[in-house]
Amino acid sequence: MVDNNTIISIRDVVKRFGSTVVAVNDVSLEIKQGEFFALLGPSGCGKTTLLRMLAGFESPTEGQILIDGEHMEGVEPNKRPVNMVFQSYAVFPHMTVHQNVAYGLKVTGTPKSEIDDRVRESLSLVQLEAMAARKPDQLSGGQRQRVALARALVKKPKVLLLDEPLSALDAKLREQMQIELVHLQKSVGITFVIVTHDQNEALSMADRIAVMEQGDVLQVAPPSELYEYPNCRFVADFIGKMNLFDGTVAGIKDGKVLIRVDEFADQLSNLVLPHNEHAKGEVGIAVRPEKIRLDENEPEDQQVRLKVKVTEVVYYGDESHLFLESTGGARFAANLKNEARDTHAEIVSGKELWVSWRPEDTLVLSS
Amino acid sequence: MENWRNNRLVFAVLALPPTAWLVIFFTVPLLIMWVYSFAERGPQGQINLAINLANYARAVEWIHLGIIWKSIWVAAITTLITFAVGFPLAMGIAFAPARWKNVLLLLVILPFWTNLLIRTYAWIAVLRTRGFLNFGLEWVHDKLSTLFASIGFPELMGEFEALELLYNQKAVVIGLVYVYLPFLVLPIYATIEKLDKSYLEASLDLGAGHWRTLFSVTMPLALPGIASGCLLAFILSMGTFLTPALLGGTDSEMIGNLIARQFSSSRDWPFGSALSFLLLYLTFIILWVRASLAGRKDGPI
Amino acid sequence: MSRDRVNPLDYSRKTWMRLCMGFTFVFLYFPIVSLIAFSFNDSKRNITWQGFTLYYYEKAFANAQLHEAFLNSLIIAATSTTVSTILGAMLGLSLYRFRFPAQGPYEGMVHLPIVIPEICMAVAMVAFFATVNMPLGLATITVSHIAFSIPFVAVVIRARMAGFDHALEEASYDLGASQWQTFWNITFPYMKPGLLAGALLAFTLSLDDFVITFFTSGPGSTTFPIKIYSMVRFSVTPEVNAASTVLIVLTLALTMVALFVQSRSQGNQHG
Repeated sequence: MVDNNTIISIRDVVKRFGSTVVAVNDVSLEIKQGEFFALLGPSGCGKTTLLRMLAGFESPTEGQILIDGEHMEGVEPNKRPVNMVFQSYAVFPHMTVHQNVAYGLKVTGTPKSEIDDRVRESLSLVQLEAMAARKPDQLSGGQRQRVALARALVKKPKVLLLDEPLSALDAKLREQMQIELVHLQKSVGITFVIVTHDQNEALSMADRIAVMEQGDVLQVAPPSELYEYPNCRFVADFIGKMNLFDGTVAGIKDGKVLIRVDEFADQLSNLVLPHNEHAKGEVGIAVRPEKIRLDENEPEDQQVRLKVKVTEVVYYGDESHLFLESTGGARFAANLKNEARDTHAEIVSGKELWVSWRPEDTLVLSS
Repeated sequence: MENWRNNRLVFAVLALPPTAWLVIFFTVPLLIMWVYSFAERGPQGQINLAINLANYARAVEWIHLGIIWKSIWVAAITTLITFAVGFPLAMGIAFAPARWKNVLLLLVILPFWTNLLIRTYAWIAVLRTRGFLNFGLEWVHDKLSTLFASIGFPELMGEFEALELLYNQKAVVIGLVYVYLPFLVLPIYATIEKLDKSYLEASLDLGAGHWRTLFSVTMPLALPGIASGCLLAFILSMGTFLTPALLGGTDSEMIGNLIARQFSSSRDWPFGSALSFLLLYLTFIILWVRASLAGRKDGPI
Repeated sequence: MSRDRVNPLDYSRKTWMRLCMGFTFVFLYFPIVSLIAFSFNDSKRNITWQGFTLYYYEKAFANAQLHEAFLNSLIIAATSTTVSTILGAMLGLSLYRFRFPAQGPYEGMVHLPIVIPEICMAVAMVAFFATVNMPLGLATITVSHIAFSIPFVAVVIRARMAGFDHALEEASYDLGASQWQTFWNITFPYMKPGLLAGALLAFTLSLDDFVITFFTSGPGSTTFPIKIYSMVRFSVTPEVNAASTVLIVLTLALTMVALFVQSRSQGNQHG
């Protein structure tokens, strides 16, 4: 089952705290060598516990973890071929930047001459050569994080674990660090496993993402697949914005699925969608706000179209978010790009519009 | 906080009575003692006011300097042992599960709330020649003798001789460690408790073992608490009076007992006052060190 | 397959740490527990267990000198507690509320009784009372006890007030209350658990104090700890154990009440 490409293999891992709290519930994952892998989920979903089990700070109640083909059971954190960047960075405040980065080499008996070279190399990787003599309290948050990165990377781990590494940075710095982390990962070629609750972070950085909720892994997929083809309601709702409706499969005709949505029924008796294997019984119907077309006049060319009234317009500068309600009570969110200064000035609460979307942009989710 | 000028009346009503009491019944007595420390002792023990440093000169004479030195020495040994016993305890409590923490802390504090005299007295019963410790040792000795006799070596253990555990320097140190342990454990516990545990995890993650982590990360980061606790234990044991008086022998007199003697049997108040101020100055120096280590500018607490 | 492994930082679950802690707690409790246990021992030799008896309690209760000493201790503690709680609360409040010149040295001065060696304060009090010609007795003991209790009470009150939301007072002024009404209706109720805790602390300190009491007492003003001291100096007897046990139980009970009041007031921000 382990192919040469697999660096981390998580098999049927369960973590219980006490007898009642299940933090991680029977999770199996394979992470490939050289991958940028993200564990994404809301707080308390078990992603951090999973990461800490990889690092060795928690041990699984059941199941196995293999890193580079080796069983990790009973292996202390200091004997594992992984290193971690902590959420609080945990840069030792009583040591200089140089001493921090050198620590991991010193405690494992690396020769002194080699330590200095490797520390310098590692610090240059994160552009902190000039700060080597400083103490952590003389550094900014972003610099402290680079020290934490350099300190972990200098050990040349097989896997680098990052626990919410960007959560303590402000928005601008965060975006810059996202790009830098991706570049860094590609240049060192080490597998990165990152834990985050921020979907943008995961989407923009990771090669593959595992979405977790209440101890379960719901979907593992590359970012675009996760966004365009979520496999369940939770993932659809958690990643990006989504218009969600309850529907019932009314039948199949000519290779198309007919789905009845109560809120659409006064205008549209059935949605006619391409065939979908989830389309059985009760289903969820979902469409992204940006896939929704808005028209002042009825778009005759569109099969799926509904007459709606604007209930709210929220202005964000580059775009405006519209909240709309159909006569049947269906509520939609849609986006409008503000391409010119004076566009859409006439769109205010109470205005009547038409929403439409392509049937193939509609997601059918099993309940 | 508001400026006192905004509300002079309220400030005066609140601050004056307690200040007056403390000035009259604390500061003034200290000042009187300070004045006495420069006075001379009359032939019947009366005090002749004068201004000379003879008392201080006497205090650093060999015989008294020996006692002062011994006080510092005993306090240092006590602090060292208290740290050796107290640090693991503080660490154990800080890493205990949350529901146990308060119980364990209470267990550390409780003896400290029982009367000092009684706690010291309790050690007499443990340490004296016919005390629990010797009794226990004798029991073990007897059992061993019987055992050896049964396998053919009746003379191997010899007669049991009770150990002289009480009325000596060791007894004083044991008593002091016992009494001041909570003072050392609590500040150390407080700093370790507040410590971000990811520092320790980071150290383990980077390949250091537990001992390495303890000496390279935990202890340096807990240093303010360690220094605070150790200096507190040091001050308290240096100025002790009761423990040597009850558990010590003739050779274990400390500076506190020397001061007490000047105010009782020797009736040499000026000299006692000078000694008392020497002890106070020593205390102040250590408090100042402690305050500056803690990075606090406000007062010697 | 299920297992419950010790995590790397669960130091309190490691065997050597448990042994270490166990040993320390035995060290902390063996003397006191054996002292209490042997107050019930039916043997004068006080070393081997001969059976349960309350004889030494009867003997201690029948001891007129112990009685008088105990009464003295209670009188001193009650008076000292009353005065030092009021004065200490005033000090704590003024330190919490006001900024004033020379605050650092002032705070150092008023907190000094907490940190200086007891023996230094004891002999200074002796020198003072001799200078002002005040005969040593219950009064001198009480006055000294008040002096060293004030800062302790002030620390407790100040700690309590640190959690007080000043906006509550401002809201009260805003609604038209006077300073006095605001104090009485808003500040004081919040302060109350602190007052109780401070008072219990002052009571325990006074009841337990030996060194300062020993030096400031005169003929006829023997307190309970001093009486026990003089008994202890002669010999170790079950009667002393019994008397000590009574004092231990009394202070422990008071401490428990104080801790309970404190923990309850921490949980309840509005007192």
